[in-house]
Amino acid sequence: MTEQLDITKLIFGRLTWESIPYHDPIIIGTFAIVAIGGIALLAALTRYKVWGYLWKEWFTSIDHKRIGVMYMILGIVMLLRGFADAIMMRIHQAMAFGDNMGYLPPDHYDQIFTAHGVIMIFFVAMPFVVGLMNYIVPLQIGARDVAFPFLNNFSFWMTASGAVLIMVSLFVGEFAKSGWLAYPPLTGILQSPGVGVDYYIWALQIAGVGTLLSGVNFTVTIIKMRAPGMTMMKMPVFTWTALCTNILIVAAFPVLTAVLALLSLDRYLDMHFFTNDAGGNAMMYINLIWIWGHPEVYILILPIFGVFSEIVSTYSGKRLFGYSSMVYATVVITVLSYLVWLHHFFTMGSGATVNSFFGITTMIISIPTGAKIFNWLFTMYRGRIKFDVPMLWTVGFMVTFVIGGMTGVLLAVPPADFVLHNSLFLIAHFHNVIIGGVVFGVFAAIAYWYPKVTGYKLDPFWGKASFWCWLIGFYLAFMPLYLLGLMGVTRRVSHFEDPSLQIWFQIALVGAILIGAGIICFLIQLYVSYKKRDSLRDETGDPWNGRTLEWSTTSPPPQYNFAFTPRVHDNDAWWQMKQHGYQHPKEGFVPIHMPKNTAAGMVISAFATVIGFALIWHMWLIAGLSFAGMLASIIIHTFNYKRDYYIPVEDVEKVESQRAEVLA
Amino acid sequence: MGGATATANGKLDFIVPGEYHVPNGTLLGFWIYLMSDCLVFAALFATYGVLSLNFAGGPSGADLFDLNLVALNTAFLLFSSITYGFAVLQMQANRLRGTQVWLIITGIFGAAFLGVEIYEFYHMIHAGAGPQRSGFLSAFFALVGTHGLHVTFGTIWLITLLFQLNRHGLTGANRRRVYCLSMFWHFLDVVWIGVFTYVYLMGSLV
Amino acid sequence: MPATRNPRKLLLAAPVAALLAGCDTVVMSPSGDIAAQQADLIVWSTILMLIIIVPVILLTLLFAWRYRESNRSATYLPDWDHSTKLELVIWAAPLAIIIALGALTWVSTHKLDPYRPLDRVDAGKPVPEGVEDLVVEVVAMDWKWLFFYPEYGIATVNELAAPLDRPIKFKITATTMMNSFYIPALAGQIYAMGGMETQLHAVINEVGSYEGFSANYSGAGFNKMRFEFLGMDDADFDQWVSEIKSAGEALSRPRYRQLAAPSIDDPVQHFGSVAPGLYDAILNRCVEPGQVCMKDMMKSHGGHGGHAAANEHASNTEHAREADTDSHAQPAEHAHHGEQ
Repeated sequence: MTEQLDITKLIFGRLTWESIPYHDPIIIGTFAIVAIGGIALLAALTRYKVWGYLWKEWFTSIDHKRIGVMYMILGIVMLLRGFADAIMMRIHQAMAFGDNMGYLPPDHYDQIFTAHGVIMIFFVAMPFVVGLMNYIVPLQIGARDVAFPFLNNFSFWMTASGAVLIMVSLFVGEFAKSGWLAYPPLTGILQSPGVGVDYYIWALQIAGVGTLLSGVNFTVTIIKMRAPGMTMMKMPVFTWTALCTNILIVAAFPVLTAVLALLSLDRYLDMHFFTNDAGGNAMMYINLIWIWGHPEVYILILPIFGVFSEIVSTYSGKRLFGYSSMVYATVVITVLSYLVWLHHFFTMGSGATVNSFFGITTMIISIPTGAKIFNWLFTMYRGRIKFDVPMLWTVGFMVTFVIGGMTGVLLAVPPADFVLHNSLFLIAHFHNVIIGGVVFGVFAAIAYWYPKVTGYKLDPFWGKASFWCWLIGFYLAFMPLYLLGLMGVTRRVSHFEDPSLQIWFQIALVGAILIGAGIICFLIQLYVSYKKRDSLRDETGDPWNGRTLEWSTTSPPPQYNFAFTPRVHDNDAWWQMKQHGYQHPKEGFVPIHMPKNTAAGMVISAFATVIGFALIWHMWLIAGLSFAGMLASIIIHTFNYKRDYYIPVEDVEKVESQRAEVLA
Repeated sequence: MGGATATANGKLDFIVPGEYHVPNGTLLGFWIYLMSDCLVFAALFATYGVLSLNFAGGPSGADLFDLNLVALNTAFLLFSSITYGFAVLQMQANRLRGTQVWLIITGIFGAAFLGVEIYEFYHMIHAGAGPQRSGFLSAFFALVGTHGLHVTFGTIWLITLLFQLNRHGLTGANRRRVYCLSMFWHFLDVVWIGVFTYVYLMGSLV
Repeated sequence: MPATRNPRKLLLAAPVAALLAGCDTVVMSPSGDIAAQQADLIVWSTILMLIIIVPVILLTLLFAWRYRESNRSATYLPDWDHSTKLELVIWAAPLAIIIALGALTWVSTHKLDPYRPLDRVDAGKPVPEGVEDLVVEVVAMDWKWLFFYPEYGIATVNELAAPLDRPIKFKITATTMMNSFYIPALAGQIYAMGGMETQLHAVINEVGSYEGFSANYSGAGFNKMRFEFLGMDDADFDQWVSEIKSAGEALSRPRYRQLAAPSIDDPVQHFGSVAPGLYDAILNRCVEPGQVCMKDMMKSHGGHGGHAAANEHASNTEHAREADTDSHAQPAEHAHHGEQ
């Protein structure tokens, strides 16, 4: 009998039926919806026999465009989850006053705010940003793919694997109750013995590997694979910002990997890095995690600055004002982002000199950022601005972002931070820059590049509806939070006594509902545009009178992007080609060298997911076996030497002549 | 760069006719990966720096470190770097057999290094100075152990590469792999010099 | 483009309304001199930044309107992309603001450094000759606040009082979780961390009852980790102290261990006497019998181990964690700087 139990423990670790939160109606309800939706989706996929297609053309694809789209879909799916968390918190806080305890038990509420933060940063904002870079960068630099196409597929699946673990935590066990950066000693094994923190650690570790490899991949792609003639100072601004972001990824994510590894050593092997006793030091965790965490926010925002630069100049019908100062500003921000981390914890008690150093370096970042805003402003100046949806997002961004920038600089003044730190003012600030910056930018980018990806434009009506819902919703949801912060209301509180605060939380809830409407409008927009795709179709590949190379090829681009590698003479390469009356060549095609699809990325990531899950639940046997499996599949993959092939010249000719027909 | 190439009639040339060969980025990519790995070690060194005096009543480096053993270990690793260098020289001279022999010798040195390290760890843990004892020992085991783990994976890679060389010979792809592992191996050597100096030598002084 | 018209009103109205309503809040109109100076700093920094933010917002909306596609009377210069003069301005303008703000930051950060003993109790009122700081030792526990008054030998749970216009020196530590000690009406917050001591100097200028709480999420009981802070005139404060002295039970070490068990929403408790060296033992994590105090165990057991400096610092209770913190910008280092 005892032996039997030991075997159960060996296989299942600490996972038992008790770990399934079937007593929680909210979770069971969610699970039912997810399960029914999932089964319906699987049934539909089977019925229409698309499994083979998905496997061959998408899951195993090493085409940067396909991978980019998969990242965006992952981002959208996780946005729905992250937003569900947000609206649950908003409803709860609008209710939980005085005798009313709200509808969420504190224990559940604490998991929700942690999950919301983690999901929005790691599994919404990051996939969006990496997805955009994936799709656009190779096209903008006139390349056929990224430097390491297999690695790109693998990176995606590792990110997806992290997302899977976080989703599993909803239904099996629990998620961390720690806040999105999981500060010890709260996350130490003594204070958080459950599986929540372990889900946090392994989801981020696995996704982090994917992000790091993407960073390496894109850095090399941009350095090595630019079309001839495209010197550094002729790169499109989006590519420049992508380069800086990827350098930041390569230089920041290792620190996250290290610090999470140390936290897991504390938790799994009783070591003393961040414990209160036996010589640990929790302040070190906070320093290390922010050495990663601050560059991370620039990892998110820099490519978005690039997106806005492209959009502003395209829709103003004008060259970007101050290209070189834009580039220098980006580089300065990249470097400075490493010198500011301590501003996240002025209240830890560093000396006045240390605090003012980090405060002032933080403020200095606002100088290049300010220069960027002015550059966009003077790009609009004496332009001829078309207010298509991407441009609406851009103007919304410029107005909103400067407010967030201002409150950010305010928080960088240490004595001011002493009263505002950890308050809802801080929450309002970073949502102001992340929604007003990153989210607006992602929606602008989707509207801008969607016709490139699908061959038809997005329906503008629903796009505008989504924009106005988001914009007004944002102000309604977060301006009250600034005010509540000044009233001394702290973040992560699940119940309030003072009834005079309630009205502000209710206004914020209305704002959150409007944002929800914005998300729904966006989904409707996708559906409506698909239905109306024939009338929205763009045959030219250049619907906005674009300026950079991605607009020179068809929409959607052929697998090989460009039949001939372009030669670049100007930073608005395609604009210049059009000015010179460039005609697409009709002959002289050659076979094109391309990488082959592979399932290795998916297999290795599947093993990684199992390892993560097994380690979370202390299933040592399964963890060991799947680690061996992962190592074996990596080694087997390295024995595959036939990784590329040639697209025959006849195929290229066929694709290109079809295009010539359409254009003629 | 093919900057302002113009056709005969003075018009700008906007395409590269025929096939355009993109330069291979594997070595650059691997180097960038190593730099990021270097930052993992930087974080671990910093951690060790912060915790290196937190003995919590337990033993210090001076109580624990056997510098003779560490010197031997250092010698193993430094020699393995030299022998890897010989392997690369053989490869440049297109001698497959010589490359393989030197790689095998490198692998043996690597395995010897790991053997001594495991012995050292076992000895320390047995004497009650395991990673759970104090902040100092946690940081020590994490830093030195991570380096050891890298050497382990380097050795597994080296064995894999020997099989691949056997099967495909000194092809372009295999040459790239030999160069990548070479960078990895020398990188670990450099990290070890930091470990040796900062952890063992300076640790023996306190 | 009517689309651009609506946001102008809305976008400007929202923050302005928030700012106006914000003037009335506890952070912007506090009752202690330190918090009041911090509020002034927020106002001045905001004004400085608005010098640049307001024109940017107005110009954005103006340009968006003026250079709309349908306005054919506006100049259109598709190839105009550079102007050295303009570029100088767009870098110099933020630079000038940041120089001003940076100077303000440097001065105010030093002046309002929580470790710095006060030199005034209110605007124009220097600390009177001969007035000593009221020392309060603060312990953030799971999940309640314990306050020691070494001067009076009393302790309280979830209630804190101080006489008006007398500088208070808080010495702050924690048992396990990291919390943040914050009374918005009094002064800005500072973290409370286990095995470490941070400090805060402040003064209360108005009689009243104010909210104090943990501003850093610390787990299950965080919500209820709140206390009342009472600003009293001297007579009331003396009475408060003497009532506690006469009525309160004794806080012995066993009683403290009872108190240390995690609990949520604890009532106010008063202790008329306190076991000697209790705060020090909490700070050094050696309340339990048989525990070695942190200040004594940083050195290694070998005797020859331990950094000379570590031993030296370890003898100073306030610097218990010096040995492992000197490579960081941290409280212990800070205590140093306070002494210089």
